[in-house]
Amino acid sequence: MSELGQTRRDWLLSERPASRTQARLGRVYVAWRRFTANRLAFLGLLIIIALLVVAALAPMLAPFSPVVGDLKTSRLLPPGAEHWLGTDDLGRDILSRLIYGSRWTLYVVVLVAIIAAPIGLLVGTVAGYAGGWTDAVLMRLTDIFLAFPKLILALAFVAALGPGIENAVLAIAITSWPPYARIARAETLTIRNSDYIKAVQLMGASPIRIVLRHIMQLCISSLIIRVTLDMAGIILTAAGLGFLGLGAQPPLPEWGAMIASGRRFILDQWWVAGAPGGAILIVSLGFNLLGDGLRDALDPRSGEK
Amino acid sequence: MTAMLSIEGLKVIYHGFSALKGVSFDVEPGESFGLVGESGSGKTTILRAIAGLAPIASGTIAVNGKRLGARRDKAFYRRVQMVFQDPYGSLHPRQTVDRLLQEPLAIHGLGQGEQRIQQALDEVGLGSGFRFRYSHQLSGGQRQRVAIARALILEPTILLLDEPTSALDASVQAEVLNLLEEIRGRRKLTYLMVSHDLAIITHMCERLMVMQSGEAVENLDVSQLAAHQVTRSYTRNLLKASAGFDRRTRLRP
Repeated sequence: MSELGQTRRDWLLSERPASRTQARLGRVYVAWRRFTANRLAFLGLLIIIALLVVAALAPMLAPFSPVVGDLKTSRLLPPGAEHWLGTDDLGRDILSRLIYGSRWTLYVVVLVAIIAAPIGLLVGTVAGYAGGWTDAVLMRLTDIFLAFPKLILALAFVAALGPGIENAVLAIAITSWPPYARIARAETLTIRNSDYIKAVQLMGASPIRIVLRHIMQLCISSLIIRVTLDMAGIILTAAGLGFLGLGAQPPLPEWGAMIASGRRFILDQWWVAGAPGGAILIVSLGFNLLGDGLRDALDPRSGEK
Repeated sequence: MTAMLSIEGLKVIYHGFSALKGVSFDVEPGESFGLVGESGSGKTTILRAIAGLAPIASGTIAVNGKRLGARRDKAFYRRVQMVFQDPYGSLHPRQTVDRLLQEPLAIHGLGQGEQRIQQALDEVGLGSGFRFRYSHQLSGGQRQRVAIARALILEPTILLLDEPTSALDASVQAEVLNLLEEIRGRRKLTYLMVSHDLAIITHMCERLMVMQSGEAVENLDVSQLAAHQVTRSYTRNLLKASAGFDRRTRLRP
């Protein structure tokens, strides 16, 4: 068996791959080895995998119902043997709410990331590469979005679209793309006059092809870092909207909304806000570590240093 | 016989600075034509203007008798390709050699990619072992070979060479120059080569044009240059400079 493993490794790390597939698999393998060599990044990955597992198996893992509580006997109980993380003001088990809430947290974070990051990337690279009027128009638009306070703009969108977690996601996505556009544009400006882009122009490539296939490739890694760093902020903005009654609607166990409702008892019953706060902290940390490790693993140049 | 490349009164102005002040010359089919001059004399600007990378203020460029318009079309890029000066800057840092060579084929919709890539790599003396490497995994000479392969994969008739060896050390320089010579013989290519090194031009070209501050100083045959039959003092100075640093004159009080 180990001999088989050895030949497989040799095949993957071959100096002269025989086909494109072999070369690609080899690169993935090298990236994976580089990624796992980074302990902290691996910890980040474990945290995110744990979050995914918890979200997927929520009904099996949660000891109590996340929405039904016992108002008579179990209001604001401290952490103990029965309720590991205590209960909130409506007598609901906080651990169960956290476990179910992981679904909503993932939902918000993933949706915002897959809406906002591509918009920012596209606007930034197109503006940076095209220059002139296109650049001016797109960047002033970005400036306008940047100039508004994020939460207020999100509020306006939610007010127009109606409350609910889907609209909150949309509103956050619409307000969080401008920084990505700025980053992508700055990177594009440093690349656009380089010889390797000139060389592609000299092959007769269309501007669309150059932006999509040559420039974006170089902007993506810094964008990944930025998006993972923003994950915590996204969760908190969703919480802020929830607090104002415009995001997740009760009794939905969304982590941000849980902190918002726990604020009232923060001095005497700290665990009500503390438990979801801790969960947000751990998950944000996981995303940050993962993002950092991904950048190193995705950059083919970093391997030989 | 019509000239392969004909340039008439070419002027290039960058933001009010005129980099080329009306230059004319012809390059015959299968010929290797050199452009010589000090830094900033406008040699590279000529190549960039031909390739469509510099703002042309006036003048005409004709390839094989056909005048080029303001925009270069795809057919033009199949005809004319360029090799850049700096092999460290002209290859995309995140793409493998395979991907770099695939790109021109994809843009022009050429089939038999596998075979063409293999052939292009063989032609520049890089084996299949280099195909899936990134440019940072290659030496300067190997990178320049990849850049040459990329230019050749579209089967152009004219190759613009912008000091293709100035970033390489002497032994690698000779290898790359010999490779270029060999390819020109085999493919019957026309070269337009820029260099500040007269020795390279003498080795590679049949005719040359000496340039200074955006203007042509004189046109020469390589035999004239070798025999030092030059008429202008600027060319003479250039020849003297290329003869090398003379210690005795320096030490004389």
